[in-house]
Amino acid sequence: MNILKFITAGSVDDGKSTLIGRLLYDTNSILDDQLEAIQKANRKNNDGTVDLAILTDGLKAEREQGITIDVAYKYFQTEKRKFIIADAPGHIQYTRNMITGASNSELIIILIDARKGVIEQTKRHSFLAKLLSLKKVLVCVNKMDMVGFDPFVYEKIKTDYLALADRLGLENVDFIPVSALKGDNIVNRSDRMTWYDGLSLLDYLETVNIADKKSHSWRFPVQWVVRPQTDDLHDYRGYAGRVLGDGLKTGDEVVVLPSGVRSRIARVELAEQTLDQAENGQSVIVHLTDDIDISRGDIIANAGHPPLAERNFEVNICWFDNKPLDKNQVYLLQNHTTVTKIKVADIHYKFDVNTQEKQYDTDIQLNDIGKIEIKAAGEVVFDLNRDFPENSQGILIDPRTNLTVGALMVDNVA
Amino acid sequence: MDYLDHLEAEAIYILREVAGQFENPALLFSGGKDSITLVHLAKKAFRPGKFPFPLVHIDTGHNFPETIEFRDWLVEQLGEKLIVGHVQESIDQGKAIEQKGKNASRNPLQTVTLLDTIEKYGFDACIGGARRDEEKARAKERIFSVRDEFGQWDPKRQRPELWSIFNGKIHKGENVRVFPISNWTELDVWNYIKRENIALPSIYFSHERDVVLRNGQWMAAAPALQIDNEDIVEHKSVRFRTVGDMTCTAAVDSVATELDDIIAEIKASTVSERGARMDDKVSEAAMEERKKQGYF
Repeated sequence: MNILKFITAGSVDDGKSTLIGRLLYDTNSILDDQLEAIQKANRKNNDGTVDLAILTDGLKAEREQGITIDVAYKYFQTEKRKFIIADAPGHIQYTRNMITGASNSELIIILIDARKGVIEQTKRHSFLAKLLSLKKVLVCVNKMDMVGFDPFVYEKIKTDYLALADRLGLENVDFIPVSALKGDNIVNRSDRMTWYDGLSLLDYLETVNIADKKSHSWRFPVQWVVRPQTDDLHDYRGYAGRVLGDGLKTGDEVVVLPSGVRSRIARVELAEQTLDQAENGQSVIVHLTDDIDISRGDIIANAGHPPLAERNFEVNICWFDNKPLDKNQVYLLQNHTTVTKIKVADIHYKFDVNTQEKQYDTDIQLNDIGKIEIKAAGEVVFDLNRDFPENSQGILIDPRTNLTVGALMVDNVA
Repeated sequence: MDYLDHLEAEAIYILREVAGQFENPALLFSGGKDSITLVHLAKKAFRPGKFPFPLVHIDTGHNFPETIEFRDWLVEQLGEKLIVGHVQESIDQGKAIEQKGKNASRNPLQTVTLLDTIEKYGFDACIGGARRDEEKARAKERIFSVRDEFGQWDPKRQRPELWSIFNGKIHKGENVRVFPISNWTELDVWNYIKRENIALPSIYFSHERDVVLRNGQWMAAAPALQIDNEDIVEHKSVRFRTVGDMTCTAAVDSVATELDDIIAEIKASTVSERGARMDDKVSEAAMEERKKQGYF
């Protein structure tokens, strides 16, 4: 059994909370005392059904205002898979929360109201899905009951969306017509949409294949050096970290960055057991054949496809702070285990997140997404987003407040 | 990767980030299954080296004796350092005031002792075993959760947390609570305990004891509880699904003596884990309010 992490995008009006509530309810993931708490809170939808949004709105302020402000994580499990849902708010003023939720998801469910079709919000969420390199997009055309389960409505929306996906360069898009409120095509196939011959939502989520793109490379950012310094383990020196990419194995020729020193993997270990290899996402300890100076912040990579080490580069940036991005200020760039001082060399443009049009001569403010050029105080080791997304990402920290003020993905060397 | 391998790898990664980013971290150890799991994960993260942090236990003085016995056994086995903060000391110093009445509990008093202990030793990061599936306010909390100088959590000012990049930068006096098993569910923890053959205190398994009925739940009939003639005391076969202080942790009827029985029981259960915690039932926002004050 493996894990699928997905995010649901859409607003309360699209039936997002109803959809999540139904998935949880129909898979018996809501327990009696939780249901009782919901009933006690006595929040009802317009049609008298219990408002399941209260399950995900965990903060007092959210319950008081009836809106989702922050990302909530929900968990459920079937015989086939374990699921982690990032339930993120859909409104434009919470773009940063959606980006946060999407950054840890493999798949995004984009909800479209069958009566409204592709709207501004659909475009924004799809743009973010592309920006964050999500592996799959599932479009749920919801409220099919409100349009008489009409296949032409569904087909029209599908055509419109595919045109949008094409324009954005989004691949791997699938569609399901549903009614979250009535339960059509959620757990079981609906007998009111016999014209649809695909899977129900739950069947889809249980079986969808989220394959990692072959990168032909791996990266191993060193988090910690394990040195017991005991009498019997006097010479033990292991590099602890988590594998990114295709996986590493004993005997691989490696290059250590930023120093550029070469060596080979002598041994891979997990919990004091020797492994032949370590796959993407595994936390292990690596030993090299040569005794070289490596510490936290260094990256061990396969020598055949090394990452870049540059001081000037262009990034797509999402801005999270109330104060706009300041060209005169020093920020800290944290990518994996390194922190480097940087300045902004140039703001190229920002995107109108609804139309994706570029706007020039502008500053970058809260919830904005733009392209900037960065000048770093030292070499930063990374890959380009299109080649190896997992090693192209970083966050910006304001050293005065210590807040995370931006998220970036390296697009090009400058 | 299997889902338990995935969760394990993520937790190990987070523990190593704590070691790498902080000067003086600590692992908050309650003697419950979640913190015992954390200790097991720390072994996987740092062995054959030593842990880069001590274990810290905030002892209410009303803990189950089995928990304390287990704690001392585990620490001895590990050869790691244990620091104990005593709620009784906070009471003696007049910093915390003992509750009165039949439902008195030292649960809220722990916050005082916890914050004092953090200050006394200057911990800049405290690793905890809280999980997001436990409670709806916890579902919103970050993996690296910053607390201000007074230990307070501000849910409206949480830092965005992207990918697996954790921002542990803080000002002097602040600290970060770190939750490596945020993404685990109760069932995941039990399945992992079984797979890894992790030892647990005996009270997690079915046993017979005197219990007293309080607010519809069976509590251990312990000296810490005020029991009078009106109380119904019975001798029952029970186990504890979650282990906190004896005054706030209710028992469940159970004949589960093996891990497989427990897992089957949880799968069939229609009540959540924290349904047996009196401390969560005070109000709808009970957990959120306590976390804002500096609770675990």
